[in-house]
Amino acid sequence: MKTIRPSRSRVAAVGVLATGALFLAGCGAANEGGSGSTGSSGSAAAPVSGTISGAGASTQQAATQAWVAGFNGANPDATINYDPSGSGAGRTQFIAGGVDWAGSDAYIKGDELTKANTRCGGSIVEVPVYISPIAVVYNLPGVDNLQLSPSTLAKIFDKKITTWNDPAIAADNPGVNLPSTPVTTVNRSDKSGTTQNFTDYLKGAGGADWPHDVSDTWPVQGGEAAQGTSGVVGAVKAGQGTIGYADESQAQGLGQAKIKVGGTFVAPSAAGAAKLVETSERVQDGGASAFAYKLNRTTTDASAYPVTLVSYAIACSKYTDAAKGNLVKAYLNYVISADGQTAAQKAAGNAPLSDALRQQISPAISAIATA
Amino acid sequence: MSAPTTTPPPAPAAPTTSTKPVQQAGDRIFKGAATGAGVLILVVLAGVAAFLVAQAIPAFAASAEQLPGGKNIVAYIGPLIFGTLLSAVIALLIATPLGVCVALFITHYAPRRVAQGLGYVVDLLAAVPSIVYGLWGVAVLAPAALPFMGWLERWFGWLPFFAGPVSATGRTMLVVGVTLAVMILPIITAVSREVFLQTPKLHEEAALALGATRWEMIRMAVLPFGRSGIVSGAMLGLGRALGETMAVAIILSGSGIVTFNLISSSNPSSIAANIALQFPDSTGVAVNVLIASGLVLFVITLLVNSLARYIVNRRAEFSGAN
Repeated sequence: MKTIRPSRSRVAAVGVLATGALFLAGCGAANEGGSGSTGSSGSAAAPVSGTISGAGASTQQAATQAWVAGFNGANPDATINYDPSGSGAGRTQFIAGGVDWAGSDAYIKGDELTKANTRCGGSIVEVPVYISPIAVVYNLPGVDNLQLSPSTLAKIFDKKITTWNDPAIAADNPGVNLPSTPVTTVNRSDKSGTTQNFTDYLKGAGGADWPHDVSDTWPVQGGEAAQGTSGVVGAVKAGQGTIGYADESQAQGLGQAKIKVGGTFVAPSAAGAAKLVETSERVQDGGASAFAYKLNRTTTDASAYPVTLVSYAIACSKYTDAAKGNLVKAYLNYVISADGQTAAQKAAGNAPLSDALRQQISPAISAIATA
Repeated sequence: MSAPTTTPPPAPAAPTTSTKPVQQAGDRIFKGAATGAGVLILVVLAGVAAFLVAQAIPAFAASAEQLPGGKNIVAYIGPLIFGTLLSAVIALLIATPLGVCVALFITHYAPRRVAQGLGYVVDLLAAVPSIVYGLWGVAVLAPAALPFMGWLERWFGWLPFFAGPVSATGRTMLVVGVTLAVMILPIITAVSREVFLQTPKLHEEAALALGATRWEMIRMAVLPFGRSGIVSGAMLGLGRALGETMAVAIILSGSGIVTFNLISSSNPSSIAANIALQFPDSTGVAVNVLIASGLVLFVITLLVNSLARYIVNRRAEFSGAN
């Protein structure tokens, strides 16, 4: 059995998922060797067992439940714990040696990177595991195809633009009849990686129009604040003239603004999010096995969608406990495999890693050594 | 008992000649258990206080740059205290008159059968989990209150409370206050009802015999007698409203500002709701800051309860019960 700490119902849910996965695995066992999984080779290896614990970003929680369930299908004796205590807490616990891997919405850098390398007695392994486009959602009756440039978006969320017929919005939407409804911005009232990445986008692409810092708590006072992605979506749906930001997978049934990238307006999509990561500059500070990306928020490539959240898994490049090392390696290999990414997409609606990206990061995980 | 006798009495419960009270094992065990329970309460309370103080110290010691938002701790907790008190006071202003009226109806107006049923229903309100009230508030009450809040802004916009602009979603301090009022209504009603029922029948009948109408009788006999009960019920309700977490966290659109405007989308958050929202992803000093705000709430609640006890004790002498 596997446990995810904070809620009993979640444990039960994972249990049910895992049981289902066991059944499926039992039925499909005969096929497994032959068909082989597309992508990485790691998931077809001999079953591993033992217990590992991770902690970190709550963004990854829904996906992690799917991963743990899927992984347990092939490795019934393995126990994977994940505590969604937040990115910062995850990194801190990883550095302190309390957990075997960490999930984080921001890549590890600076002082933390040095400490993490010390903890690992070598270099770290850091790979993107969860990529999700963030949709700018709005509720404005009569306007179905809202287009926004980064600067207009920043001014709206900074509460500089207060009505929908503002000249800046009109300039982005030629020929559209905009009402004079007041703009109500909706932000997260809890700390979140979505806020962190959204403010990072506004800071990067909005330039001088976004005078606030990048932060996991919403920095502008006085907007409509709601708890969780569901709370934001609910508030945007409930009001008129509302605009907010939410993971694209949770934003169905609402208007989603197209964001200006270069000269074109781009709608949020899984493919665009994956493309952004591929085309972003890699940060090499963590060594050859650290695949951290400085997301190119100002990209001009119209096939990329720059308002994207990337969440990483951080592990060690070598483990003194062989059982743990093998388990971390097998688990992360499953996570980035096509199977794992599809399972996560079904559960969490994120954008699966592209094959090109998987081929880049896969060797880093396969190189995890046990000494 | 005092008459000495040499023959044992036939009754099994034989009084002994000793004047000391009988000390059986059962007595000692019960005394010990009762004392232990009493002491345990104090130990638990002291433990909670010690935990809060110990964990809050790093937050008070930290410099402003280390704290969330780069503000000093007073600037961080201040608006939260304001929001906590404001929501609780609104709830109290609505629920106290309503609760007293419901209690009077149950005790003095309703036919016996209706009274029993109504009392049961009011008690049932107390059994509804607060998260259900929260969901009800955000899904039903908030949208339903929008036209009313628009009306308030239009006609009473000159009051700072209703200055607007009206929130687009209805998730405002006013809606939180109303929801909290519904949540504390059963406490106030139940306590008031018990006290009203104890009004001496002689007082009531005397008032009626002097020619008082039923309302005059209530005003002259029942309400003065029950005043301390009403106050203590209201204070118990206030305690619950101050500490309410989930309903406020779900309904309120809160940020760290101070405003008396009850109907806009900018509202001060409350201490308990803020802890619930920020704790899951907080680390380091941020956790200490949240615990420090919890300590403040602990102190406020303690003060409220002490005040209630003081008022009740003081009023008891003048309540007409003697």
